[in-house]
Amino acid sequence: MIALIDCNNFYVSCERVFQPALRNRPVVVLSNNDGCVIARSEEAKALGISMGTPYFKLGYLIEKENIAVFSSNYTLYGDMSARVMEALTHFSPETEIYSIDEAFLRLENNPKETGREIREKIYKWIGLPVSIGIAPNKTLAKIANRTAKKLKRDVFEIADEKSRDEVLREMPVKEVWGIGYNSTKKLNALGITNALELKNLDRPHARKLLSVVGARIVEELNGETCLPLELAPPAKKSITCSRSFGTLVESFDDLKEALDSYLVKAGEKMRKHKLTARAITVFLTTSRFSKHPQYSNSTTIELADSTNSTRELREWTQKGLSEIYKKDFLYKKVGVILQGLQPEKAETIRLYNEPNYEKDKRLCAAIDKISRKFGREAVRFGFQKTEKIWRMTCEHKSNCYTTNLREILQIKQLPV
Amino acid sequence: MICSVKSVFVPKRERKLLRPLILTRVPAGFPSPADDYIEGRIDLNRDLIRHPLATFYVRVVGDSMEPVIQSGALIVVDRMLETKDGDIVIARVDSELCVKRLRMTEGGAVWLSSENARYQPIVITEEMDFEVWGKVSHAIHTF
Repeated sequence: MIALIDCNNFYVSCERVFQPALRNRPVVVLSNNDGCVIARSEEAKALGISMGTPYFKLGYLIEKENIAVFSSNYTLYGDMSARVMEALTHFSPETEIYSIDEAFLRLENNPKETGREIREKIYKWIGLPVSIGIAPNKTLAKIANRTAKKLKRDVFEIADEKSRDEVLREMPVKEVWGIGYNSTKKLNALGITNALELKNLDRPHARKLLSVVGARIVEELNGETCLPLELAPPAKKSITCSRSFGTLVESFDDLKEALDSYLVKAGEKMRKHKLTARAITVFLTTSRFSKHPQYSNSTTIELADSTNSTRELREWTQKGLSEIYKKDFLYKKVGVILQGLQPEKAETIRLYNEPNYEKDKRLCAAIDKISRKFGREAVRFGFQKTEKIWRMTCEHKSNCYTTNLREILQIKQLPV
Repeated sequence: MICSVKSVFVPKRERKLLRPLILTRVPAGFPSPADDYIEGRIDLNRDLIRHPLATFYVRVVGDSMEPVIQSGALIVVDRMLETKDGDIVIARVDSELCVKRLRMTEGGAVWLSSENARYQPIVITEEMDFEVWGKVSHAIHTF
């Protein structure tokens, strides 16, 4: 059987481990730059706050309902996630990390009992509550997990066909894993609204309507296994580095500086995974929520030779930005995407410019090494300025309790 | 004579067999008599942190656990360890965390005691929301 373990309201739960006063209180966590709500406690959900609500729209509700607001603290969430994933390997040798707060696990004997044990142990060891869905395959495990949450149960198992069909009948098609907005519309038009009706769709029909991917979902709803556990993470296909500005930005030079700093980060990441890029995309956009004129654009440049030299890539990002930049707009975001990634090993010797590229590679390797040892600020490319305006706003960030000794949990004990 | 090859065995290469490193320079002189006793250095991370995934560091401020834990001490909390009567723990009482000695009787009574006599024990009653957050496994005092 396959189990899907999902941490309940993960970001909020991480904050609560170290601040128990947040229990029973509405809590929200904001996206990068304090943009919009990306995690809510049950109490915040009950107030009708939906995912993606812009922070400024919460307004007076914050004081009225005593809502605790946090900027996202990915250092903390990343470390807590790594702890959960490591803990799961105690229960099964076959685990697939699906996202920061979800993992699939193969459970052989007594899956439901093991599920209960996992829930109990993850809470005891790390302090995080999880929900567990158990079923014969991944698609059904996802559905079992959703059902567990809906019924407010810790562990839910789809053990036989009867219980499976009962659950599927209650599940709208749009909530089935892999069924997106367009497929939902197509299915609804045919009168297929719940997962049971989708399950009973005949295969050729499903394939025609929803392509191979959709046909696989139908197979899985019928109990077949089409999606094996991915024990090793799939290779990265692209690397994106971009962030929203704290304040809107107008000048080309400021955008260029921000883009440079993202490129440096993206390049470092690419070399860390021993990859090279074959194409590079630069994009910029104004704020959806401002009253100013709107503009967004992007450009993709295919490179003659694949590269992971930050210096070479920078020539292209500068060119790309000049192409798409327009004066008189207030920009919210600029970013870079490295694409066509392939392993460094697959690189071919260049016809031109090989000696320079070799030098670049040695330079980048040295910079990466220094940055790892002494921090990102220790050494930088000549084109990089110190970070200013594109520093993120994160006014409500909690401490990095688990990764920085200066920020660990402090317990004050006063005489009573 | 006909010779038929039924199968070819390829040597397995995925496993590494580690060979001992030769520590003394060999050519001249006596080998160091200490070589046989080299064991690597003490690594507190390895020896004191038994369960990294469940270990958290906490700073204690206040004198309620003196002299056992002094104000300002860094404590190591291992949430994987089971707790019993007499252990020093971090406990959550309603919305507060505290460092105390956990006391439990067979009859089911639970209270939290301080080392410092100026602090009253906290008796856990049914209407309190109580849980053991983790067991304190070490305290580090920096002088």
